[in-house]
Amino acid sequence: MPEKIGVYFDKSCLGAALDVEALTGFVEKKWGGVVAKVESHAILASDSGRALIQKDLDGGEIDAVLVCGASPRYDAEFYNFGPNVLVERCNLREHCILPYMNPDGSYVPAGEEGPAMMLQMAQDYISMSMVKLKQMKVPQPELFETTKTILVLGGGWTGLHAALNGAAAGYEVVLLERTDKLGGAALNMLKTVPLKYPHTQAHPTGIEEKIAAVEANAKIAVKLKSELTKLSGMPGAFEATIKGPGGETTVKVGSVVLATGWVAQDTKYVECLGYGKIKDVVTTGEFEKMAKAGAITRPSNGAPAKKVAFILNPKKCEPEGPIYKTLAECNLSAEVAADGDPKAEVEVTEIKQQQWEGYQHLPMATAVNSLVALKQAGYVTEQYPADGIAYIFYDSMIVQGVHERYYKAAQDIPGVMMTKAEIADVVAEDGGVVVKATNTLLGHDLEVLVDLVVVPTGMVPTTAKEPVLHFDYRQGPTFPDLALFEGFCDSNYICFPYETRRTGVYAAGAVRQPMMLDAAEEDAAGATLKAIQAMESANRGVAVHPRAGDMSYPVFNFVRCTQCKRCTEECPFGALDDDEKGTPKPNFSRCRRCGTCMGACPERVISFDTYGIGMMSDMVKQYTIPDDINNGGPRVLIMACENDAYPALDMAARRGLHWSPYVRIMPVRCLGSVNAIWIKDAMSRGTDGVVLLGCKYGDDYQCHFVKGSEICNRRKENIAETLKQLGIEPERVEQYEIAIDEYDKVPGLIEDFLKLVMKLGPNPFKGY
Amino acid sequence: MSQAILVVGGGFSGITAALEAAEVGYDVYIVEKGPYLGGRVMQLNKYFPKLCPPSCGLEIQYQRIKNNPRVKFFTQAEVAKVAGGPGSYTVTVKLTPRHTAAANADLAALADSLTGQQHDCFNLGLAPRKPLYMDAPFAFPNRYVLDATGLSEEDGKKLAKSPFINLNDAPKNIELEVGAIIIATGWKPYDVTRLTNLGAGSVPNCVSNMQLERLASPNGPTGGAITRPSDGKAPKKVCFVQCAGSRDQNHLNFCSYICCMASLKQALYLREQYPDCECTVYYIDMRTPERYDKFLRKVRADEKINLVKGKVAGVAAGPNGVVIVEVEDAVSGIKKKLAYDMVVLATGMQPSLAEAKLPFDVPMDEDGFVIGGEERGIFVAGCAKKPLDVMKSAQSATGAAMKAINSVKGR
Repeated sequence: MPEKIGVYFDKSCLGAALDVEALTGFVEKKWGGVVAKVESHAILASDSGRALIQKDLDGGEIDAVLVCGASPRYDAEFYNFGPNVLVERCNLREHCILPYMNPDGSYVPAGEEGPAMMLQMAQDYISMSMVKLKQMKVPQPELFETTKTILVLGGGWTGLHAALNGAAAGYEVVLLERTDKLGGAALNMLKTVPLKYPHTQAHPTGIEEKIAAVEANAKIAVKLKSELTKLSGMPGAFEATIKGPGGETTVKVGSVVLATGWVAQDTKYVECLGYGKIKDVVTTGEFEKMAKAGAITRPSNGAPAKKVAFILNPKKCEPEGPIYKTLAECNLSAEVAADGDPKAEVEVTEIKQQQWEGYQHLPMATAVNSLVALKQAGYVTEQYPADGIAYIFYDSMIVQGVHERYYKAAQDIPGVMMTKAEIADVVAEDGGVVVKATNTLLGHDLEVLVDLVVVPTGMVPTTAKEPVLHFDYRQGPTFPDLALFEGFCDSNYICFPYETRRTGVYAAGAVRQPMMLDAAEEDAAGATLKAIQAMESANRGVAVHPRAGDMSYPVFNFVRCTQCKRCTEECPFGALDDDEKGTPKPNFSRCRRCGTCMGACPERVISFDTYGIGMMSDMVKQYTIPDDINNGGPRVLIMACENDAYPALDMAARRGLHWSPYVRIMPVRCLGSVNAIWIKDAMSRGTDGVVLLGCKYGDDYQCHFVKGSEICNRRKENIAETLKQLGIEPERVEQYEIAIDEYDKVPGLIEDFLKLVMKLGPNPFKGY
Repeated sequence: MSQAILVVGGGFSGITAALEAAEVGYDVYIVEKGPYLGGRVMQLNKYFPKLCPPSCGLEIQYQRIKNNPRVKFFTQAEVAKVAGGPGSYTVTVKLTPRHTAAANADLAALADSLTGQQHDCFNLGLAPRKPLYMDAPFAFPNRYVLDATGLSEEDGKKLAKSPFINLNDAPKNIELEVGAIIIATGWKPYDVTRLTNLGAGSVPNCVSNMQLERLASPNGPTGGAITRPSDGKAPKKVCFVQCAGSRDQNHLNFCSYICCMASLKQALYLREQYPDCECTVYYIDMRTPERYDKFLRKVRADEKINLVKGKVAGVAAGPNGVVIVEVEDAVSGIKKKLAYDMVVLATGMQPSLAEAKLPFDVPMDEDGFVIGGEERGIFVAGCAKKPLDVMKSAQSATGAAMKAINSVKGR
């Protein structure tokens, strides 16, 4: 822990508002014991400012740095002195000077010195930063022996590409394929829609070359007729149990690419289009196999199928009511026991595999089916050039991007006819099948007699049906909350599509989203890179996304642990296992460093070197609290999530917005990391209210740790109970959701909460 | 020989490719033409389908860059020359002066005090900007930039007094040694002045979809109020014209991928702001693939949003700021002229390289998409390759990073 802190004031940020000399005197007087040096600089965020600090570090005068000036979000490049120097930033400009508003609502004119209340606020913030910094430790990465082997699940198009990418990058690859041969769905394909420029003609997939390349690659160990039955451990040190022809074996792997693809949807969803009742109605999958085998014929009599109707509009089959699920219908992980006793033992929820297959997998595959219909229509006209006719009935042809050129090329093929249409009925008649269509583009309803009808195939991801990974994790064998993505192993993040809820496992191909071969090939490369990253990060002892490179990790003081299992239950990433007694077992490389475990622990057992339960408690004890709410005003603490809420506060200040001088802001890693003890500490000191400011939660959650803000909200019942026991109104603690761009809402939000606090009156603990 | 990777373009794809490679352990350089990293998505109000702000993900990307010494970036920078070959390219980068100090100085007051006005490309001409500006409050690097061209004497004097301004900042060239290059030059909105039947950008209350993003954005010229540019009035009837330039051999011979979802999203912006507002979207095909089907259903459930399969033949200015739209319903065949308060053209995405060429040879198709170069250690990510949404751009960029790593590996 630092013993010789250097405190540096950036005068360009303080301007005339704060007197540097007064602050210097304050630091020397209050913190003289731990502070070795106090300096100020005209523009600290500059080469000369940096040199000033570097000189003091090099000369051994100081061992840690406190920069007082702009928000820590700015000028980071000037204040990085290597991994062994702790740097804390005290945000005086964005959280004190710029937003400062006098109690009467007036502002401090530019160029004038701020009042005593502003100076007090600045001193409070400096003290809060000081207690945090003086308890920080330089984190030492938790290193363990790592394995640099990638496990690829699925030997189809995506899995083959993942294996080839991993091997090309120099890693060993174990490739598992459930069936007796490599190739997957692509093996059944006669051709693929065009994958390359000029995107106008279908061509062979090239799957055979990919299989040969994999089989010839010395770095890739192919295991056929093999399945993963258990995955235990953590990134860099997973142990995979594989069931194969020779029985069960275990393999050490570093990370996993999930490429188990999709299965065809239950055909009951297309029965209303005649499937199952009329022999000459087949699915796109069946049609492709038939084309690959050679002759396009009618299943009923083996006669050539020269007139074929492709149906892309499955609306007739659509059930009534909503077809998509909400988060509330998911197998919710991390239930927080709201039993009123914040220390009571909880049960760890085991997330069970559910069956997510449904009608929705049909419309979700319309883009794939649209392209497939174009391709298969081509098969008909190629096989029967003189009199082959293919009809395509669609609601919207979803052929996006450069595939539009393929659509255009198909429109020019004689014998291919396309129209928007709703399907009224599909009926068997002498000599064929009649498709009755309405709302067409032809200005009238349509009835066509065809030899064969091809209905679309819904794509159901394998993860919608079985726990493919079989995690040997305390939270259960499968991924949590996949119902949000209809069972696809996808991410809820637009910006970070590879993030799953289980670190070290990255999905690619049709198990992630319905996609064509070109997208799957690219996806395989991306997921393989993420898998390599996870292994390399584990090897360096650092976190992966979103706190990539973070060397701190939760440290458990097991002596005090009461085995309540709250940390194990609430971890959004299932990072913790436990022993028979319930003592948590951290798996460092599964951890994302959000601190949700720290927030969950009623016994103050868990801390990070740079973000500790004790240091945050002490921060809460550092700001001043006026004795009289009517004289000096109330005191409100804002615990702001540093990912979105904190930047929103910064930006509000920079946009010239102002708020009450009675609030104090304390950054937290995620609202999930907020421990009720901090709130209790704040309240028992006489703080009049606490605002928890974090990301949106619910179906479209924006929390970067998925569950943090949601869990915080659910913990509020326990907090309320604790407050009631103290004789404090639970209304004094409120959580607000704020998006990063809702900066303009900040002043109103603070004002409303202060009104509420004033209505409640002073905290009864004030003055004790 | 070098294992470093050059990323041309600092938009979402470029940032992602660079970070993903750097977090494996490779050195990367990002060369961005504009003054900030973030590219097109910086201009967007929200992403579909979650309606979440792009700055949320960008903030994480910026943090990742700040925390990773392997990522080095240059803004206002352009690749001027590339010499050498795969594994050892020498890249000359031309840096345009920023004229502001490296510190995050709060220059808002100084910027406001200037009298000069410039065309604001960030706000697509909806409002002028000051010569000293920052595109968005979340911009990274969070530093003002001074465009000193045509600076008045008075403004020059004011600026000269600031310790954070350097009017003598001069252009310079730097050289980078890299083993592979990722092209992530992205896209630009198709030029509406070429769409003569749709008003060619001259009908006052007919805006492009990107302009609507700026109108809806809390940091945009109207502070987030979607109002008519001509009179600032709230629109009650709004029409969206899909495929404005896209899927048209005379303009963009491809589908721009994002416009259907973008218009649905923008209809939701309007509906949220104005409970009485009616929106009609005229489309050829409603292209909402995969999980966007859920989004389409959510939008369709709004009774005041009409989705009509139909073709817009013309857009013209009417009296009192209304816009007259000539439309043919594709199913009924009925042709009508309808009056709207505001019209939004769902203009497509044109690859940036369609016009601004790179100083090195790379195979491109006739539309300006990159279609090769891998054998020479040149890879392409995001919309420089094909039209994509943000999610797929991130996927594409991560894949490109993998390929670039594999090409420099062992060199």
